[in-house]
Amino acid sequence: MKLSKKWLKNYFDFEMSDKEFADAMTLSGSKVEALAYEGEGLKNIVVGEIIDIKKHENADKLSVCKVNVGDGEIAVVTGAQNIKAGDFVPVAKDGATVHGGKQIIKGELRGVLSEGMLCSLAELGLTVNDFPYAIEDGIFILGDDCEKVPGKDIREAIGLNDLTVEFEITSNRPDCLSVIGLAREAAGSFGKKFTDPEHKEFETVKSLENLLDVEIHDSSKCYRYVGAVVKDVKIGPSPRWMRERLRASGVRPINNIVDITNYVMLELGQPMHAFDIRYLKGNKVNVRRAVAGETIVTLDGLERMLNPDMLVIADAETPVAVAGVMGGEYSGVMDDTETVVFESACFNGASVRSTAKELGMRTESSARFEKELDPNGCLKSMAFALELVEKLGAGKVIEQVVDCKAFDEVKRTLEFDWEWINGFIGIDLSREEQMNILENIGFIFEGDKVIIPSFRKDIEHKADLAEEIARFYGYENIPNVALTGVADGKLSEKQAYEKLISNTLLSLGYSEIQTYSFINEKAYDKIGLEDNSKLRNCVRLLNPLSEDTAVMRTTPLPSMLDALTLNFSRRNLIAKLFELATVYKPTNEPLPFESQKVILAGYGAENDFWAVKGDVEELLKKVGIMDFRFETTEDLPYLHPGRAAKIMAYGNTLGFFGEIHPSVQERYDIGMRITLAQLDFNSLIGIKNLKRNYSPLPKFPAIERDLALVCDKKLAVQTIKDLITTAAGELLEKLELFDIYEGAQIAQDKKSVAFNLVFRSHIRTLNDKDADSAMQSIIETLKTKDISLRD
Amino acid sequence: MREQLLKVKTQAGEALAAVLNSQDLEAVRIKYLGKKGELTALLKQMGTLSAEERPAMGQLANEVRTQIESMLSQRLKALKESDTAAKLEKERLDVTVPGKKHSLGSKHPLTIVLEEVEEIFMGLGFSIAEGPEVELDYYNFEALNIPKNHPARDTQDTFYISENTLLRTQTSPVQIRVMETQKPPIRVIAPGRVYRSDAVDATHSPLFHQIEGLVVDKGITMGHLKGCLEAFAKRLYGEDTRIRLRPHHFPFTEPSCEIDVSCFRCHGSGCPMCKGEGWIEILGGGMVHPKVLKTGGIDPEVYSGFAFGVGLERLTMFRFNIDDLRLFFENDLRFLTQF
Repeated sequence: MKLSKKWLKNYFDFEMSDKEFADAMTLSGSKVEALAYEGEGLKNIVVGEIIDIKKHENADKLSVCKVNVGDGEIAVVTGAQNIKAGDFVPVAKDGATVHGGKQIIKGELRGVLSEGMLCSLAELGLTVNDFPYAIEDGIFILGDDCEKVPGKDIREAIGLNDLTVEFEITSNRPDCLSVIGLAREAAGSFGKKFTDPEHKEFETVKSLENLLDVEIHDSSKCYRYVGAVVKDVKIGPSPRWMRERLRASGVRPINNIVDITNYVMLELGQPMHAFDIRYLKGNKVNVRRAVAGETIVTLDGLERMLNPDMLVIADAETPVAVAGVMGGEYSGVMDDTETVVFESACFNGASVRSTAKELGMRTESSARFEKELDPNGCLKSMAFALELVEKLGAGKVIEQVVDCKAFDEVKRTLEFDWEWINGFIGIDLSREEQMNILENIGFIFEGDKVIIPSFRKDIEHKADLAEEIARFYGYENIPNVALTGVADGKLSEKQAYEKLISNTLLSLGYSEIQTYSFINEKAYDKIGLEDNSKLRNCVRLLNPLSEDTAVMRTTPLPSMLDALTLNFSRRNLIAKLFELATVYKPTNEPLPFESQKVILAGYGAENDFWAVKGDVEELLKKVGIMDFRFETTEDLPYLHPGRAAKIMAYGNTLGFFGEIHPSVQERYDIGMRITLAQLDFNSLIGIKNLKRNYSPLPKFPAIERDLALVCDKKLAVQTIKDLITTAAGELLEKLELFDIYEGAQIAQDKKSVAFNLVFRSHIRTLNDKDADSAMQSIIETLKTKDISLRD
Repeated sequence: MREQLLKVKTQAGEALAAVLNSQDLEAVRIKYLGKKGELTALLKQMGTLSAEERPAMGQLANEVRTQIESMLSQRLKALKESDTAAKLEKERLDVTVPGKKHSLGSKHPLTIVLEEVEEIFMGLGFSIAEGPEVELDYYNFEALNIPKNHPARDTQDTFYISENTLLRTQTSPVQIRVMETQKPPIRVIAPGRVYRSDAVDATHSPLFHQIEGLVVDKGITMGHLKGCLEAFAKRLYGEDTRIRLRPHHFPFTEPSCEIDVSCFRCHGSGCPMCKGEGWIEILGGGMVHPKVLKTGGIDPEVYSGFAFGVGLERLTMFRFNIDDLRLFFENDLRFLTQF
């Protein structure tokens, strides 16, 4: 909302600086976004009186004017045609700045000294809407509505000297989208009582015979319709003071009738409309729902398709306006309009809002209506409009107005629980002090009750009254109080475990990423999921921004691959990334099941299969997964079938590990092998064991043995380890693989695998016999599985 | 004899001075002091001396031995020192050559700031609550005093899943979920992802993070809201930080406010960071609307509370001087490893 300071002065005249005013308004809840001074960029432009005009001696199209600029006469060379001696014009003197920042410096033009420049409207930042008697492509010749005093600053002389205070008004305060509303807030902010302006009372009737008949067909969408008729209208420009205030409020002046409707809206917050009665067939106003298939060409020249959810103002036959949004092109005021019907109505906010949204046109009018206006304001606004018609001599007002009411006038009250308010806010004001604050802004007291002004629809509860008290008392004056009492602030088990996983991955060199929770559904094809994969069953957005963010992910894999792709394409040669990513699995309930996956991946030097596997193993140990195994799998379509494993613990699948399938890698356009692991957070936390018990350091020496075996090439090391562990018995303390060899001296379909074994007892010193017998039983067991000692 | 002894001493001294390593030194020792050495040979001649001469010569011979031994040990010490010095010189390294790389991973900047905020509130006795991101319309809007067709729904362009489910547009629904499951006193923060259908640019993202706060107890006032958030601001930005509350409107708090902190760069005098205002808006909050308490199953005549919300991206951008929101979700390592 743009507020003209000149306009505000009618109701609230502030003496403090503009900045102090703005700060006080901001701190009482009307946030000032900007202060804009009209004519701010203009410098050294004054009123000049043209004394005489001579032809330029060296140029046919130029003339030389002698101009009185107050402190003397100067010569100005001009090409303008529309001036004559005796005219008063804006003169940019030597060193002046005109609109747009251009500087004017005296100099010779074709051999004749020119000491300044005569200005057009554009050079002052104005248009013919601001001064309708001026012309666009000539010098602005000051009219009788300007101060024709040579030497006077042009901004003063033509009234280009207002301050526009731009406010951000919250959606609950449509009453503040008006000069009156902001003046009321200003009064409250400075502890003054605001008095509403009085308006003339008009007699109200149900209809004006042969002139105007109004009918509301849908009282759920229209609460009130006030119509009035003005005859003998003389369309013309409105006076300077009105044009000036509209301009400072950001509204373009058009003509007296249209300007009056805008002026009333800006001053009182009530949108108005004016129809030419010639285009109201049957002199009838029907406030009704549109009929399917009906269309209207709105003021902006576009044809709009209407539907029965939309409310229209129709004459006896067709719609002439979209109610509360915009008028029709053919029913508005024109230069030859003789009789005008003014509309001051109140429509249902939600209806206007959805209609404006559907038609894609949000207007000054709809922006106000959609926040629910006060139907009580309609008549007063009409009275003000008619007063202005008389003041401007714009026509002859018919002294009766049509008032169609479809709402109940109820006096809304609240208990005035001033002690509760003190306690709720944490202040200590007296009853009178609180009353005073509320009375300043229009509340009235009746015993223990407070009557809510009808324009304050936002006040419904004593907490709302508390806010009024608090903001005018000043939030800054409420004493700060520290929270007391016992409260235990700590992480939940889940949160602490998330941090443990993250911190472990960070120390293993993985950097944390954050990716979108929604992905492109095509990503499921990109990672090679089968058509019937469960992961394809996902939560879909009804109104996604684009395909790229259309479904909630069921796997964090595509997001991770996207992050790796980005890094690869930006020439980051090494990458180790991880995310604790939420995934969303549809359920039979209204809400999906949300859970987290730990995903980690690496590419580039030193991040090969074995390195990442080592990281996964280290991670699992550090986060309390004591006994895990990797099992060969070929079931995961996104992984290289020969380099993929399921990660198991206690019979549960925790996740998977492996190299990305070359085809997937190709589709993501990453030129390096990617190794990656994914673990299910809930599975991890379900089986984790972070309890630690000290076990005494060994007292007895160990015996070490090496074991070199030859077995089938495809036999998994894990299988051999399992066989050895079972056969060795409890003396085996440690079993470690130290070599795998294929090639010379080993048969083609075989490989050699070598282990280091450590035997130890906790109760005695072992001897060679103990180790030998354990080794013997291991070797025999292996033999049965076609695993032999290497010669 | 005396001359011979003194000569041996002089010769031994000269020989030692010429010695350059420990083997040569040992040879000198054997030559003069060894069983077959020159001094021993001289002592063997002692028998040829008269009984009167013998004690004096004996004493001199001992002195010579002691002196040679002491020269030997001094020389040995000197040799060791120079050996060590030579070894050290040989082992000299260019310490300006960079060390071996063992990169730790980098925490995401949003996590760094989130953890900082969590620490502060945990210190103030808050625990951390969570709620679903795919949420019911009821929790995201209705229960928060935002009925269908409420204008406030316009400013939060919502991603819908169905008529009644959506991607939460704020972390405030967690307030209701906490009230439904926890009895006062309540003191929680609820950080998390929120979604609005804003096209991506430097200052907009369809996904961002909020941190919600909720306190409910008997006798909670707006003074507590101010006190609590001032404590937060001081811990986050330093003890000299001040806060300023501006009245605002949120449907689920009444009174509502936006909360500015004094600019942490210029301390209030005005600079480009605070656009000359001296204040930076970081929070929204207010007293929990009695209707919302009631919806959450808490009697507003007995209890009161305050709530607030912070944008994590905004805090993080200020903290690290980041000027483009997109960087957070691109995950370029050249960005991530700066933190």
